[in-house]
Amino acid sequence: MLWYAGKRFLQMIPVFFGATFLIYFMVFAVPGDPIAALYGDHPPAPGVIEAIRAEYNLDKPFIVQYLLYIGGLFQGDLGTTFSGRSVTDVMAQAFPITARLALLALAIEAFFGIFVGLVAGLRKGKLFDASALVISLLLISVPTFVVGFVLQFIFGIQLGWARTTVSGDAPWGELILPAIVLASVSFAYIVRLTRASVADNLGADFVRTATAKGLSRRRVVTVHVLRNSLVPVVTYLGVDIGSLMVGAIVTEGIFNINGVGGTVYRAITLGEGPTVVSFVAVMVIIFVLANLLVDLLYAALDPRIRYAK
Amino acid sequence: MPSNNTGRHRPGQDHYIASLAETPVAEIDQVDETGKARSTWADAWESMRRRPMFWISSVLILIIVLVAAFPGLFATYSPTECYLKFSNGDPQAGHPLGFTRQGCDVYSRIIFGTQASVTIGLLTTIMVTLFGGIIGALAGFYGGLLDSFVSRIGDVFFAIPTVLGAIVVISVIPVRDALSVSFVLALFAWPQIARIMRGSVLSARNSDYVMASAALGVSRFTTLVRHVIPNAIAPVIVIATVSLGIFIVAEATLGFLGIGLPSTIMSWGNDINQARVSVRTHPQTLLLPSAALSITVLAFLMFGDVVRDALDPEARARR
Repeated sequence: MLWYAGKRFLQMIPVFFGATFLIYFMVFAVPGDPIAALYGDHPPAPGVIEAIRAEYNLDKPFIVQYLLYIGGLFQGDLGTTFSGRSVTDVMAQAFPITARLALLALAIEAFFGIFVGLVAGLRKGKLFDASALVISLLLISVPTFVVGFVLQFIFGIQLGWARTTVSGDAPWGELILPAIVLASVSFAYIVRLTRASVADNLGADFVRTATAKGLSRRRVVTVHVLRNSLVPVVTYLGVDIGSLMVGAIVTEGIFNINGVGGTVYRAITLGEGPTVVSFVAVMVIIFVLANLLVDLLYAALDPRIRYAK
Repeated sequence: MPSNNTGRHRPGQDHYIASLAETPVAEIDQVDETGKARSTWADAWESMRRRPMFWISSVLILIIVLVAAFPGLFATYSPTECYLKFSNGDPQAGHPLGFTRQGCDVYSRIIFGTQASVTIGLLTTIMVTLFGGIIGALAGFYGGLLDSFVSRIGDVFFAIPTVLGAIVVISVIPVRDALSVSFVLALFAWPQIARIMRGSVLSARNSDYVMASAALGVSRFTTLVRHVIPNAIAPVIVIATVSLGIFIVAEATLGFLGIGLPSTIMSWGNDINQARVSVRTHPQTLLLPSAALSITVLAFLMFGDVVRDALDPEARARR
C-alpha cells in the first residue's frame, strides 16, 4: 500500500512539470507585448519598458524564464503580478474563498446526490426513480451558467432570500446559493452513478447472503449495498474536484466572488504569465492529489481491491 | 465439430466442446447453425429501435441538424437585421420570441446560432475520437516504450481540466473560428478517449483471433486495423456520443465568458453573453437561447444513453 502510494506520488512529478511547462509555453506565446499594452496610448520613456521587461525576466529566452520561475517556485516565490503584488499574496486571498465554495459544493452534491441516487436505485422503475432520472438528465443538459442565472433571478431578485452578489470576504451563508449552482451538474452525475451502482449491487451474491442470514433491510442497504456502491461515486468525486475549480470560473463570474476563477480569468486576459501558471499549477496539483487520494480510498471502501507490489 | 458446418462460426467458438453428458442433445439440436452470425452492431440496432427514447432523440437530432445546415428554411427574418427601436421588445406578429437588446429577432438568432454549436460539437468529437482512438489503439497494441511515452503525455494533458486549458489556449491563438475552437477543445479532451481505447485494445489484444491472425501470417498492423480495433471500438463510440453534448456545453461556456467565437459568428454562447446585462429586466433574451442550447445537448445526451445501453450488454441487463 505504502509502496503503491509512493510510486503514484513519483509519477506525479513529470505530470506536474509537463503541465506547468505546457501552460507556461502557451501563456508566453501570447502575441504582443504585455508591458507595452499596460501603457495604452501613452508610451513611457524608452528605457522604462526595457527596465520592466528585465525586472520580470521577459527579456530572457523562454526556457530560461521557465527555469527561473520553477526555481523561484521551490523557494516559495511565485513571482509578482504586473500591478506589483506578489502572486503568493493574491493566491492566499483567492484560494480560501474558492476552496470553501468548492468544499460546500462537494458536500452538497455528495450528500444529496448519494441520497437521491440510493433511493432511486432501491425503487428502480418506480415514479421516484423515473423523475430522478429525468431531472438529472435535464440538469446535465442545462449549462451551469444558465442554472446560475435562473437561481440568481428566482432566489436573489424575485424572492429576495439570498444576496445576488457575494461580499468581499465571502461568508459561508452567502456561498450557499453559488455552491448549489456549482454542484448542480455533478449532483446529476452522482445521482445517476449511485443509482446504477446500487441497482447493480442489489442483485449481487453478497447482498443475497446478507439478507439470507437474517440482517435487517436497513443494515443490508447501508452496510452492504451502499458501501460497495460508493466506489465509482468516490472516483467521480475525486475527478470532480478539478471540474469544480473550472466551474468556479463561471460561478464566481455570475455571483461576483473574488476567488480563483475571477483571478485566473483576469490574469489570462492581461497576459500575466506567472499568475496564470501559478494558479493553474496549484489547480493541477490539487487535481492530481485528489486522484491519488481516490485510488487509495478504493482499498478502504472495497475490500476486494488490494494493491499488490 | 466445426469442420463441416457453414464456416461462419465466430472466432474462438470452436475451442471448447462440451461433453454430451453436460449438454442435453435437444438443446444442441435447437441451435441454428445455418443462421447468420449477428454482429454487435446488429444486436445494438435491434435493442435501440425498440426504445421510444431512441426515436425521440433521433427525430430531435435530425431537426437540429437540418436547422444547422439550412437555417434559411426556418427563419423568415435576417438575424442581423436589427432596429434599436425594437430593443428588448415584446413578441409581435412574425417575431414570436421578441427582440434582443440590439433589436434583433430572437427567433432568427436562435435558428442561425444552431450551426456554430452543432459544428463545434461534431468537429470536436470527430477530432477527439480519431486522434485519441488512434493514439490509444497504438499504445495499447504495441505497448512498450511507445505506450509509456504516449501515456505520460496523455497524463499531462489529462491533468489540465478541458475548459481551463481551452481558456488559456484560446486567449493565445490568432484566429477564432469553429475549426480552431474545436481544435483547442480537442487538445485537452483526447486523453480520455485514448485511455478508454487503450484499455479496450489491451483486453482484446490477447484474444484467440489475434493469435490466429498472427499464425496466418497477417502483419501486426493489419491485425490491429482489421481485427482488434473493430472489436475494441464500442466503448469509444459510447463515450464519443455522450461527449458530443458536453463539447457543445463547453463551447457555450467559452462564449459566455466572452472568449469563444468572435461576435461576427452567430452562436448561442455569444447571445447568452450579450443578454447578461439585461437579465434582470428581460430574462427571456437569456433564457430562450439557453433553452435551445439545453434541448440540443439533451437530445445528444439521450441518444448517447441509448447507444450506451445498446452497446453495453451489462447496462442493458441492468435497465
